[in-house]
Amino acid sequence: MSKVIPLAEAVRQFVRDGDLVYAAGFTHLIPFAAGHEIIRQGKRELTLARATPDLVYDQMVAGGCARKVIFSYMGNPGVGSLRIVRSEIEAGRLEWEEYSHFGMISRLQAGATGLPFMPMNPTAAGDLEKVNPTYRTVKDPYSGGEVVVVPALKPDVAIVHVQRADADGNAQIWGIIGEQKEAAFAAERVILTAEEIVDETIIRSDPNRTLIPGFIVDAVCKVPFCAHPSYTQGYYDRDNNFYLKWDEISSNREATLAYLDEWVYGVKDRGEYWEKLGQEVHQRLSIESQPSAKVDYGKY
Amino acid sequence: MADYTSSELLTINAARLLRDGDRVFVGVGLPNLACNLARRTHAPNLLMIYEAGVIGAQPARLPLSIGDPTLVSGALAVCSMYDIFAFYLQRGNVDVGFMGGAQIDRFGNINATVIGDYAHPKVRLPGSGGSMEIAAWANRCYLLTPHSKRRFPEKLDFRTSAGFLGGRVERQAANLRGGGMLAVVTDLGIMEPDESGELMLTSLHPGATADQVRENTGWELKVASSLRTTLPPGDEELRILREDLDPQGIYLKGNAG
Repeated sequence: MSKVIPLAEAVRQFVRDGDLVYAAGFTHLIPFAAGHEIIRQGKRELTLARATPDLVYDQMVAGGCARKVIFSYMGNPGVGSLRIVRSEIEAGRLEWEEYSHFGMISRLQAGATGLPFMPMNPTAAGDLEKVNPTYRTVKDPYSGGEVVVVPALKPDVAIVHVQRADADGNAQIWGIIGEQKEAAFAAERVILTAEEIVDETIIRSDPNRTLIPGFIVDAVCKVPFCAHPSYTQGYYDRDNNFYLKWDEISSNREATLAYLDEWVYGVKDRGEYWEKLGQEVHQRLSIESQPSAKVDYGKY
Repeated sequence: MADYTSSELLTINAARLLRDGDRVFVGVGLPNLACNLARRTHAPNLLMIYEAGVIGAQPARLPLSIGDPTLVSGALAVCSMYDIFAFYLQRGNVDVGFMGGAQIDRFGNINATVIGDYAHPKVRLPGSGGSMEIAAWANRCYLLTPHSKRRFPEKLDFRTSAGFLGGRVERQAANLRGGGMLAVVTDLGIMEPDESGELMLTSLHPGATADQVRENTGWELKVASSLRTTLPPGDEELRILREDLDPQGIYLKGNAG
Protein backbone atom coordinates (compact mmCIF):
# COMPACT_ATOMS: atom_id res chain seq x y z
CA MET A 1 0.00 0.00 0.00
CA SER A 2 1.44 3.35 -1.00
CA LYS A 3 1.98 5.85 1.79
CA VAL A 4 3.44 8.45 -0.53
CA ILE A 5 2.05 11.90 0.18
CA PRO A 6 3.46 15.44 -0.10
CA LEU A 7 5.56 16.56 2.88
CA ALA A 8 3.17 19.41 3.68
CA GLU A 9 0.33 16.91 3.93
CA ALA A 10 2.39 14.58 6.15
CA VAL A 11 3.26 17.41 8.55
CA ARG A 12 -0.38 18.56 8.62
CA GLN A 13 -1.58 15.06 9.40
CA PHE A 14 1.10 13.70 11.72
CA VAL A 15 2.67 16.63 13.60
CA ARG A 16 0.37 18.13 16.23
CA ASP A 17 0.77 21.13 18.50
CA GLY A 18 2.36 20.05 21.77
CA ASP A 19 3.98 16.93 20.28
CA LEU A 20 7.34 15.52 21.31
CA VAL A 21 9.19 15.57 17.99
CA TYR A 22 12.42 13.73 17.16
CA ALA A 23 13.90 14.83 13.83
CA ALA A 24 16.73 12.33 13.53
CA GLY A 25 20.24 12.44 12.09
CA PHE A 26 23.67 12.88 13.63
CA THR A 27 25.05 15.63 11.36
CA HIS A 28 23.99 13.48 8.39
CA LEU A 29 20.48 13.30 6.84
CA ILE A 30 18.97 16.01 9.01
CA PRO A 31 15.45 16.62 7.67
CA PHE A 32 15.63 20.40 7.28
CA ALA A 33 12.78 20.47 4.75
CA ALA A 34 10.44 18.99 7.37
CA GLY A 35 11.63 21.49 9.97
CA HIS A 36 10.90 24.32 7.56
CA GLU A 37 7.45 22.90 6.79
CA ILE A 38 6.69 22.73 10.52
CA ILE A 39 7.67 26.40 10.82
CA ARG A 40 5.53 27.33 7.79
CA GLN A 41 2.52 25.57 9.24
CA GLY A 42 2.96 27.43 12.53
CA LYS A 43 3.07 24.38 14.80
CA ARG A 44 3.34 25.42 18.45
CA GLU A 45 4.39 24.19 21.90
CA LEU A 46 6.53 21.37 20.52
CA THR A 47 9.14 19.57 22.59
CA LEU A 48 12.09 19.18 20.25
CA ALA A 49 14.39 16.25 21.01
CA ARG A 50 17.67 15.57 19.21
CA ALA A 51 21.12 14.56 20.42
CA THR A 52 22.45 17.59 18.54
CA PRO A 53 19.70 20.20 18.03
CA ASP A 54 21.75 21.54 15.11
CA LEU A 55 20.60 24.44 12.94
CA VAL A 56 17.25 22.81 12.27
CA TYR A 57 16.09 23.24 15.88
CA ASP A 58 17.74 26.65 16.11
CA GLN A 59 15.51 27.67 13.21
CA MET A 60 12.40 26.01 14.64
CA VAL A 61 12.96 27.74 17.98
CA ALA A 62 13.42 31.04 16.11
CA GLY A 63 10.17 30.26 14.29
CA GLY A 64 8.34 30.04 17.61
CA CYS A 65 7.51 26.32 17.37
CA ALA A 66 9.12 25.09 20.58
CA ARG A 67 8.29 25.04 24.25
CA LYS A 68 11.21 22.82 25.24
CA VAL A 69 14.37 21.18 23.88
CA ILE A 70 15.90 17.87 24.91
CA PHE A 71 19.52 17.47 23.82
CA SER A 72 23.01 16.19 24.57
CA TYR A 73 25.17 18.61 22.58
CA MET A 74 23.80 22.06 21.88
CA GLY A 75 26.38 23.46 19.48
CA ASN A 76 26.75 24.41 15.84
CA PRO A 77 28.92 21.41 14.90
CA GLY A 78 32.44 22.49 14.01
CA VAL A 79 31.52 26.18 14.30
CA GLY A 80 30.62 27.01 17.89
CA SER A 81 27.50 28.06 19.68
CA LEU A 82 23.92 27.34 18.71
CA ARG A 83 22.92 30.92 19.22
CA ILE A 84 19.12 30.96 19.19
CA VAL A 85 18.59 27.96 21.48
CA ARG A 86 21.37 29.21 23.72
CA SER A 87 20.05 32.76 24.04
CA GLU A 88 16.48 31.54 24.64
CA ILE A 89 17.74 29.26 27.42
CA GLU A 90 19.87 32.04 28.92
CA ALA A 91 16.87 34.38 28.81
CA GLY A 92 14.73 31.79 30.59
CA ARG A 93 12.27 31.57 27.71
CA LEU A 94 12.91 27.96 26.70
CA GLU A 95 12.75 24.85 28.87
CA TRP A 96 15.47 22.28 28.44
CA GLU A 97 16.40 18.77 29.50
CA GLU A 98 19.93 17.60 29.03
CA TYR A 99 21.90 14.34 28.78
CA SER A 100 25.26 13.13 27.58
CA HIS A 101 25.18 11.58 24.11
CA PHE A 102 25.10 8.10 25.59
CA GLY A 103 22.30 9.04 27.99
CA MET A 104 20.24 10.54 25.18
CA ILE A 105 20.78 7.64 22.85
CA SER A 106 20.11 5.11 25.62
CA ARG A 107 16.73 6.77 26.19
CA LEU A 108 15.90 6.20 22.52
CA GLN A 109 17.26 2.66 22.62
CA ALA A 110 14.88 1.88 25.50
CA GLY A 111 11.98 3.50 23.66
CA ALA A 112 12.82 1.62 20.47
CA THR A 113 13.12 -1.79 22.12
CA GLY A 114 10.10 -1.53 24.41
CA LEU A 115 12.12 -1.44 27.62
CA PRO A 116 11.21 0.89 30.50
CA PHE A 117 14.80 2.15 30.88
CA MET A 118 18.40 1.48 29.90
CA PRO A 119 21.35 1.04 32.26
CA MET A 120 24.78 2.58 31.75
CA ASN A 121 28.01 2.30 33.67
CA PRO A 122 28.44 5.29 35.98
CA THR A 123 30.80 7.99 34.74
CA ALA A 124 31.30 9.49 38.23
CA ALA A 125 31.35 13.14 37.12
CA GLY A 126 27.99 13.52 38.80
CA ASP A 127 26.77 17.05 38.13
CA LEU A 128 24.57 16.29 35.12
CA GLU A 129 22.89 13.53 37.11
CA LYS A 130 22.29 16.00 39.95
CA VAL A 131 20.63 18.68 37.81
CA ASN A 132 18.57 16.27 35.72
CA PRO A 133 16.48 14.10 38.08
CA THR A 134 15.49 11.86 35.16
CA TYR A 135 18.88 10.23 35.62
CA ARG A 136 18.62 7.66 38.42
CA THR A 137 21.09 5.30 40.01
CA VAL A 138 19.96 1.78 40.82
CA LYS A 139 21.56 -1.36 42.20
CA ASP A 140 22.73 -3.95 39.72
CA PRO A 141 20.88 -7.04 41.02
CA TYR A 142 23.70 -9.36 39.90
CA SER A 143 26.92 -7.72 41.10
CA GLY A 144 25.46 -5.44 43.75
CA GLY A 145 27.23 -2.50 42.13
CA GLU A 146 25.51 0.56 40.76
CA VAL A 147 24.26 1.45 37.31
CA VAL A 148 22.90 4.73 36.03
CA VAL A 149 19.55 4.46 34.27
CA VAL A 150 17.53 6.69 31.96
CA PRO A 151 13.88 6.15 31.01
CA ALA A 152 12.57 5.30 27.55
CA LEU A 153 12.11 8.27 25.22
CA LYS A 154 8.93 7.83 23.19
CA PRO A 155 8.47 10.65 20.69
CA ASP A 156 4.96 11.34 19.39
CA VAL A 157 6.48 11.68 15.97
CA ALA A 158 9.86 10.88 14.44
CA ILE A 159 11.01 12.44 11.19
CA VAL A 160 13.66 10.47 9.37
CA HIS A 161 15.37 11.30 6.11
CA VAL A 162 16.80 8.44 4.03
CA GLN A 163 18.57 7.89 0.73
CA ARG A 164 15.87 5.65 -0.67
CA ALA A 165 12.60 4.05 0.29
CA ASP A 166 9.81 2.21 -1.46
CA ALA A 167 6.25 3.49 -1.46
CA ASP A 168 5.44 1.46 1.66
CA GLY A 169 8.31 3.06 3.61
CA ASN A 170 10.88 0.27 3.63
CA ALA A 171 13.90 2.51 3.94
CA GLN A 172 17.61 2.18 3.27
CA ILE A 173 20.33 4.36 4.75
CA TRP A 174 24.08 4.34 4.39
CA GLY A 175 26.80 6.59 5.74
CA ILE A 176 26.46 7.82 9.31
CA ILE A 177 23.39 6.03 10.66
CA GLY A 178 23.25 7.94 13.96
CA GLU A 179 19.94 7.26 15.66
CA GLN A 180 17.52 7.01 12.73
CA LYS A 181 16.48 3.42 13.35
CA GLU A 182 16.08 4.01 17.09
CA ALA A 183 14.03 7.18 16.59
CA ALA A 184 11.71 5.45 14.13
CA PHE A 185 11.10 2.42 16.35
CA ALA A 186 10.68 4.58 19.48
CA ALA A 187 8.10 6.94 17.99
CA GLU A 188 4.33 6.64 17.86
CA ARG A 189 4.20 8.05 14.31
CA VAL A 190 6.92 8.11 11.64
CA ILE A 191 7.30 10.53 8.75
CA LEU A 192 9.85 9.36 6.23
CA THR A 193 11.43 11.73 3.74
CA ALA A 194 13.50 10.22 0.94
CA GLU A 195 15.87 11.44 -1.73
CA GLU A 196 14.36 8.80 -3.98
CA ILE A 197 11.30 6.60 -3.98
CA VAL A 198 12.35 3.30 -5.55
CA ASP A 199 10.65 0.11 -6.55
CA GLU A 200 10.36 -2.59 -3.89
CA THR A 201 12.66 -4.80 -5.99
CA ILE A 202 15.54 -2.34 -5.41
CA ILE A 203 15.00 -2.59 -1.65
CA ARG A 204 14.80 -6.39 -1.86
CA SER A 205 18.06 -6.54 -3.84
CA ASP A 206 19.97 -5.38 -0.75
CA PRO A 207 17.96 -6.21 2.39
CA ASN A 208 20.86 -5.72 4.84
CA ARG A 209 20.74 -2.02 4.09
CA THR A 210 17.12 -1.64 5.19
CA LEU A 211 17.13 0.03 8.60
CA ILE A 212 13.46 0.87 8.82
CA PRO A 213 10.67 -1.52 7.84
CA GLY A 214 7.65 -0.02 6.10
CA PHE A 215 5.16 -1.28 8.66
CA ILE A 216 6.28 1.28 11.28
CA VAL A 217 6.10 4.16 8.79
CA ASP A 218 3.04 6.40 8.42
CA ALA A 219 4.00 8.69 5.57
CA VAL A 220 6.57 8.54 2.78
CA CYS A 221 7.51 11.84 1.18
CA LYS A 222 9.74 12.30 -1.83
CA VAL A 223 11.93 15.26 -0.90
CA PRO A 224 15.17 15.56 -2.89
CA PHE A 225 17.76 17.75 -1.12
CA CYS A 226 15.68 17.55 2.06
CA ALA A 227 18.80 17.61 4.22
CA HIS A 228 20.48 20.81 2.99
CA PRO A 229 22.52 22.43 4.64
CA SER A 230 23.13 18.99 6.19
CA TYR A 231 23.90 16.33 3.59
CA THR A 232 22.97 12.98 2.13
CA GLN A 233 25.90 10.59 1.74
CA GLY A 234 26.51 9.82 -1.91
CA TYR A 235 24.00 12.47 -3.07
CA TYR A 236 25.32 15.90 -2.04
CA ASP A 237 27.84 17.44 0.31
CA ARG A 238 27.36 19.23 3.60
CA ASP A 239 27.09 22.98 3.10
CA ASN A 240 29.77 23.98 5.60
CA ASN A 241 29.65 27.55 4.30
CA PHE A 242 26.06 27.83 5.42
CA TYR A 243 26.87 26.42 8.87
CA LEU A 244 29.44 29.21 9.18
CA LYS A 245 27.04 31.79 7.76
CA TRP A 246 24.28 30.79 10.21
CA ASP A 247 26.64 31.77 13.00
CA GLU A 248 26.41 35.36 11.71
CA ILE A 249 22.72 35.30 10.79
CA SER A 250 21.66 33.87 14.14
CA SER A 251 23.66 36.44 16.12
CA ASN A 252 21.14 39.08 15.06
CA ARG A 253 17.37 38.82 15.55
CA GLU A 254 16.47 40.89 12.46
CA ALA A 255 18.77 38.84 10.27
CA THR A 256 17.28 35.62 11.65
CA LEU A 257 13.71 36.72 10.97
CA ALA A 258 14.74 37.96 7.52
CA TYR A 259 16.26 34.54 6.84
CA LEU A 260 13.03 32.78 7.85
CA ASP A 261 11.02 35.20 5.73
CA GLU A 262 13.12 34.61 2.67
CA TRP A 263 14.02 30.92 2.92
CA VAL A 264 11.15 29.37 4.88
CA TYR A 265 7.97 31.48 4.56
CA GLY A 266 9.10 32.83 1.19
CA VAL A 267 9.20 29.47 -0.58
CA LYS A 268 6.40 26.95 -0.92
CA ASP A 269 8.43 23.78 -0.61
CA ARG A 270 11.88 22.24 -0.81
CA GLY A 271 11.83 22.20 -4.61
CA GLU A 272 11.50 25.96 -4.69
CA TYR A 273 14.11 26.35 -1.94
CA TRP A 274 16.65 24.26 -3.83
CA GLU A 275 15.95 26.14 -7.06
CA LYS A 276 16.42 29.44 -5.21
CA LEU A 277 19.83 28.33 -3.84
CA GLY A 278 21.04 28.52 -7.42
CA GLN A 279 23.73 27.06 -9.64
CA GLU A 280 26.73 28.08 -7.56
CA VAL A 281 25.49 26.19 -4.50
CA HIS A 282 24.34 23.20 -6.55
CA GLN A 283 27.78 22.92 -8.09
CA ARG A 284 29.65 23.46 -4.87
CA LEU A 285 27.69 20.65 -3.17
CA SER A 286 27.82 18.16 -6.01
CA ILE A 287 30.11 15.19 -5.45
CA GLU A 288 31.93 12.57 -7.43
CA SER A 289 30.75 8.98 -7.38
CA GLN A 290 32.53 6.35 -5.27
CA PRO A 291 30.39 3.18 -5.26
CA SER A 292 30.99 0.20 -2.99
CA ALA A 293 32.01 -3.16 -4.36
CA LYS A 294 28.93 -5.23 -5.13
CA VAL A 295 27.85 -7.89 -2.67
CA ASP A 296 26.36 -11.14 -3.88
CA TYR A 297 23.43 -12.47 -1.86
CA GLY A 298 23.27 -15.59 -4.05
CA LYS A 299 20.22 -17.13 -5.69
CA TYR A 300 18.47 -19.75 -3.55
CA MET B 1 59.77 34.63 18.39
CA ALA B 2 59.54 31.10 17.09
CA ASP B 3 58.39 30.43 13.57
CA TYR B 4 55.21 28.54 14.36
CA THR B 5 51.75 29.33 15.71
CA SER B 6 50.48 28.17 19.08
CA SER B 7 47.94 25.99 17.24
CA GLU B 8 50.80 24.21 15.48
CA LEU B 9 52.63 23.82 18.77
CA LEU B 10 49.58 22.26 20.45
CA THR B 11 48.89 19.94 17.53
CA ILE B 12 52.46 18.68 17.27
CA ASN B 13 52.71 18.03 20.99
CA ALA B 14 49.38 16.20 20.95
CA ALA B 15 50.56 14.03 18.07
CA ARG B 16 53.67 13.08 20.05
CA LEU B 17 51.47 11.68 22.85
CA LEU B 18 49.95 9.11 20.51
CA ARG B 19 51.39 5.62 20.08
CA ASP B 20 51.38 3.40 17.05
CA GLY B 21 48.30 1.18 17.10
CA ASP B 22 46.30 3.45 19.41
CA ARG B 23 42.55 3.44 18.88
CA VAL B 24 41.72 7.11 19.26
CA PHE B 25 38.35 8.78 19.79
CA VAL B 26 38.97 11.88 17.71
CA GLY B 27 37.40 15.31 17.85
CA VAL B 28 37.41 17.80 15.02
CA GLY B 29 39.90 20.63 14.80
CA LEU B 30 43.33 20.25 16.37
CA PRO B 31 42.89 16.65 17.68
CA ASN B 32 41.94 15.55 14.18
CA LEU B 33 45.08 17.18 12.80
CA ALA B 34 47.18 15.67 15.59
CA CYS B 35 45.95 12.16 14.75
CA ASN B 36 46.61 12.61 11.06
CA LEU B 37 50.06 13.97 11.81
CA ALA B 38 50.84 11.00 14.06
CA ARG B 39 49.66 8.61 11.33
CA ARG B 40 52.05 10.22 8.87
CA THR B 41 54.99 10.14 11.26
CA HIS B 42 55.49 7.67 14.12
CA ALA B 43 52.07 5.99 14.32
CA PRO B 44 51.05 4.67 10.88
CA ASN B 45 48.69 2.14 12.48
CA LEU B 46 46.70 4.64 14.49
CA LEU B 47 42.96 3.90 14.27
CA MET B 48 40.71 6.95 14.19
CA ILE B 49 37.24 6.55 15.69
CA TYR B 50 34.62 9.32 15.51
CA GLU B 51 31.67 9.59 17.84
CA ALA B 52 29.39 9.89 14.82
CA GLY B 53 29.95 6.14 14.50
CA VAL B 54 32.90 5.92 12.12
CA ILE B 55 35.75 3.50 12.76
CA GLY B 56 39.06 3.63 10.90
CA ALA B 57 38.38 6.88 9.07
CA GLN B 58 40.86 8.10 6.47
CA PRO B 59 39.57 11.61 5.78
CA ALA B 60 40.66 12.89 2.38
CA ARG B 61 39.95 16.49 3.39
CA LEU B 62 39.73 18.42 6.65
CA PRO B 63 36.34 17.72 8.22
CA LEU B 64 34.60 20.82 9.62
CA SER B 65 32.19 18.74 11.66
CA ILE B 66 32.46 15.45 13.49
CA GLY B 67 29.96 13.95 11.06
CA ASP B 68 31.54 14.97 7.76
CA PRO B 69 30.91 12.61 4.82
CA THR B 70 34.65 12.40 4.12
CA LEU B 71 34.98 10.40 7.34
CA VAL B 72 32.70 7.71 5.95
CA SER B 73 34.06 7.18 2.44
CA GLY B 74 36.93 4.72 2.77
CA ALA B 75 36.39 3.99 6.49
CA LEU B 76 36.67 0.49 7.94
CA ALA B 77 33.23 0.49 9.53
CA VAL B 78 30.24 2.67 10.27
CA CYS B 79 27.83 1.97 13.12
CA SER B 80 24.99 3.61 15.00
CA MET B 81 25.47 6.14 17.77
CA TYR B 82 24.30 3.62 20.36
CA ASP B 83 26.86 1.11 19.08
CA ILE B 84 29.78 3.54 19.13
CA PHE B 85 29.12 4.48 22.75
CA ALA B 86 28.22 0.96 23.93
CA PHE B 87 30.28 -1.54 21.91
CA TYR B 88 33.30 0.67 21.40
CA LEU B 89 33.56 3.15 24.27
CA GLN B 90 31.77 1.58 27.25
CA ARG B 91 33.09 -1.88 26.40
CA GLY B 92 36.63 -0.56 26.72
CA ASN B 93 37.76 -0.60 23.11
CA VAL B 94 39.08 2.95 23.00
CA ASP B 95 42.67 3.76 24.01
CA VAL B 96 42.75 7.52 23.75
CA GLY B 97 40.14 10.25 24.09
CA PHE B 98 40.69 13.89 23.23
CA MET B 99 38.70 16.18 25.48
CA GLY B 100 37.62 19.79 25.22
CA GLY B 101 36.08 22.12 27.73
CA ALA B 102 35.67 25.67 28.92
CA GLN B 103 37.11 24.97 32.37
CA ILE B 104 39.60 22.39 33.66
CA ASP B 105 40.43 22.05 37.35
CA ARG B 106 43.58 20.88 39.11
CA PHE B 107 42.46 17.24 38.98
CA GLY B 108 41.69 17.35 35.27
CA ASN B 109 37.92 17.45 35.74
CA ILE B 110 36.11 19.28 32.97
CA ASN B 111 33.26 21.75 32.63
CA ALA B 112 31.67 21.81 29.19
CA THR B 113 28.17 22.69 30.35
CA VAL B 114 27.63 26.09 31.91
CA ILE B 115 29.27 29.20 33.36
CA GLY B 116 27.33 30.45 36.36
CA ASP B 117 24.32 28.76 37.90
CA TYR B 118 22.94 25.75 36.00
CA ALA B 119 19.29 26.78 36.29
CA HIS B 120 20.03 30.43 35.42
CA PRO B 121 23.12 30.22 33.24
CA LYS B 122 25.35 33.20 32.63
CA VAL B 123 26.86 31.40 29.65
CA ARG B 124 25.21 28.28 28.35
CA LEU B 125 27.91 26.05 26.78
CA PRO B 126 27.11 23.21 24.32
CA GLY B 127 27.12 20.53 27.03
CA SER B 128 28.58 17.05 27.37
CA GLY B 129 28.10 15.49 23.98
CA GLY B 130 30.36 12.46 24.27
CA SER B 131 32.61 14.06 26.87
CA MET B 132 31.18 12.44 30.01
CA GLU B 133 31.65 8.91 28.67
CA ILE B 134 34.97 9.50 26.93
CA ALA B 135 36.45 10.84 30.17
CA ALA B 136 35.24 7.79 32.07
CA TRP B 137 35.94 5.00 29.62
CA ALA B 138 38.81 5.90 27.31
CA ASN B 139 42.07 4.49 28.61
CA ARG B 140 44.07 7.72 28.32
CA CYS B 141 42.62 11.22 28.09
CA TYR B 142 44.34 14.29 26.74
CA LEU B 143 43.24 17.87 26.47
CA LEU B 144 44.52 20.72 24.29
CA THR B 145 43.80 24.29 25.32
CA PRO B 146 45.25 27.77 25.46
CA HIS B 147 46.59 28.58 28.93
CA SER B 148 44.56 31.13 30.89
CA LYS B 149 43.22 31.69 34.40
CA ARG B 150 39.71 31.55 33.00
CA ARG B 151 40.34 28.05 31.62
CA PHE B 152 42.05 26.78 34.76
CA PRO B 153 39.92 28.05 37.68
CA GLU B 154 40.29 27.08 41.32
CA LYS B 155 36.79 25.61 41.17
CA LEU B 156 34.60 24.44 38.27
CA ASP B 157 31.13 25.95 37.83
CA PHE B 158 29.92 22.48 36.76
CA ARG B 159 31.62 19.09 36.62
CA THR B 160 30.61 17.62 33.26
CA SER B 161 33.32 14.98 32.96
CA ALA B 162 35.57 13.18 35.38
CA GLY B 163 39.30 13.65 35.55
CA PHE B 164 40.67 12.39 38.84
CA LEU B 165 37.57 13.73 40.70
CA GLY B 166 38.96 14.76 44.11
CA GLY B 167 42.21 12.86 43.51
CA ARG B 168 43.56 9.63 42.03
CA VAL B 169 42.19 7.52 44.89
CA GLU B 170 38.67 8.79 44.29
CA ARG B 171 38.82 7.97 40.59
CA GLN B 172 40.02 4.46 41.36
CA ALA B 173 37.20 3.98 43.87
CA ALA B 174 34.67 5.08 41.25
CA ASN B 175 35.66 2.11 39.05
CA LEU B 176 36.34 4.21 35.98
CA ARG B 177 38.47 2.75 33.26
CA GLY B 178 42.00 3.70 32.48
CA GLY B 179 44.42 6.34 33.58
CA GLY B 180 42.28 9.48 33.47
CA MET B 181 43.54 12.87 32.33
CA LEU B 182 47.17 12.07 31.50
CA ALA B 183 48.26 15.31 29.88
CA VAL B 184 46.97 18.83 29.34
CA VAL B 185 48.86 20.48 26.52
CA THR B 186 48.68 24.27 26.45
CA ASP B 187 50.41 26.99 24.45
CA LEU B 188 52.86 27.44 27.35
CA GLY B 189 53.69 23.90 28.36
CA ILE B 190 52.46 20.47 29.38
CA MET B 191 50.82 19.53 32.66
CA GLU B 192 50.67 15.93 33.84
CA PRO B 193 49.16 14.42 36.99
CA ASP B 194 51.39 13.78 40.01
CA GLU B 195 50.93 10.81 42.35
CA SER B 196 47.79 12.32 43.87
CA GLY B 197 46.31 13.06 40.46
CA GLU B 198 46.92 16.82 40.66
CA LEU B 199 48.09 18.47 37.45
CA MET B 200 51.69 19.60 37.68
CA LEU B 201 53.77 21.57 35.19
CA THR B 202 56.19 19.01 33.75
CA SER B 203 57.34 20.64 30.53
CA LEU B 204 57.75 24.20 29.28
CA HIS B 205 57.52 25.07 25.63
CA PRO B 206 60.53 26.94 24.25
CA GLY B 207 60.41 30.58 25.38
CA ALA B 208 57.80 30.11 28.13
CA THR B 209 58.62 30.48 31.83
CA ALA B 210 57.22 28.73 34.89
CA ASP B 211 56.16 32.11 36.31
CA GLN B 212 54.17 32.83 33.19
CA VAL B 213 52.39 29.48 33.54
CA ARG B 214 51.67 30.08 37.25
CA GLU B 215 50.27 33.54 36.52
CA ASN B 216 47.86 32.02 34.03
CA THR B 217 46.64 29.22 36.28
CA GLY B 218 43.83 29.75 38.78
CA TRP B 219 45.28 27.50 41.48
CA GLU B 220 48.67 27.26 43.14
CA LEU B 221 50.30 25.20 40.38
CA LYS B 222 52.95 22.65 41.31
CA VAL B 223 56.06 22.59 39.15
CA ALA B 224 57.99 19.36 38.62
CA SER B 225 61.50 19.33 40.09
CA SER B 226 62.74 17.89 36.81
CA LEU B 227 61.04 20.45 34.57
CA ARG B 228 61.65 19.61 30.90
CA THR B 229 61.78 21.87 27.88
CA THR B 230 59.56 20.72 25.05
CA LEU B 231 61.36 19.73 21.90
CA PRO B 232 60.46 22.49 19.41
CA PRO B 233 58.28 21.57 16.43
CA GLY B 234 60.38 19.81 13.82
CA ASP B 235 60.65 20.88 10.18
CA GLU B 236 59.02 17.67 8.97
CA GLU B 237 56.12 17.97 11.45
CA LEU B 238 55.49 21.55 10.36
CA ARG B 239 55.78 20.66 6.69
CA ILE B 240 53.18 17.87 6.94
CA LEU B 241 50.80 20.11 8.85
CA ARG B 242 51.15 23.08 6.49
CA GLU B 243 51.46 21.36 3.14
CA ASP B 244 49.38 18.20 3.52
CA LEU B 245 46.91 18.53 6.38
CA ASP B 246 45.80 22.14 6.60
CA PRO B 247 47.13 23.90 3.48
CA GLN B 248 44.58 26.70 3.83
CA GLY B 249 45.50 27.26 7.46
CA ILE B 250 41.92 26.88 8.65
CA TYR B 251 42.93 25.55 12.06
CA LEU B 252 46.64 26.26 12.22
CA LYS B 253 47.11 29.80 11.01
CA GLY B 254 45.86 31.44 14.16
CA ASN B 255 46.90 31.11 17.71
CA ALA B 256 44.82 28.67 19.74
CA GLY B 257 41.91 30.50 21.29
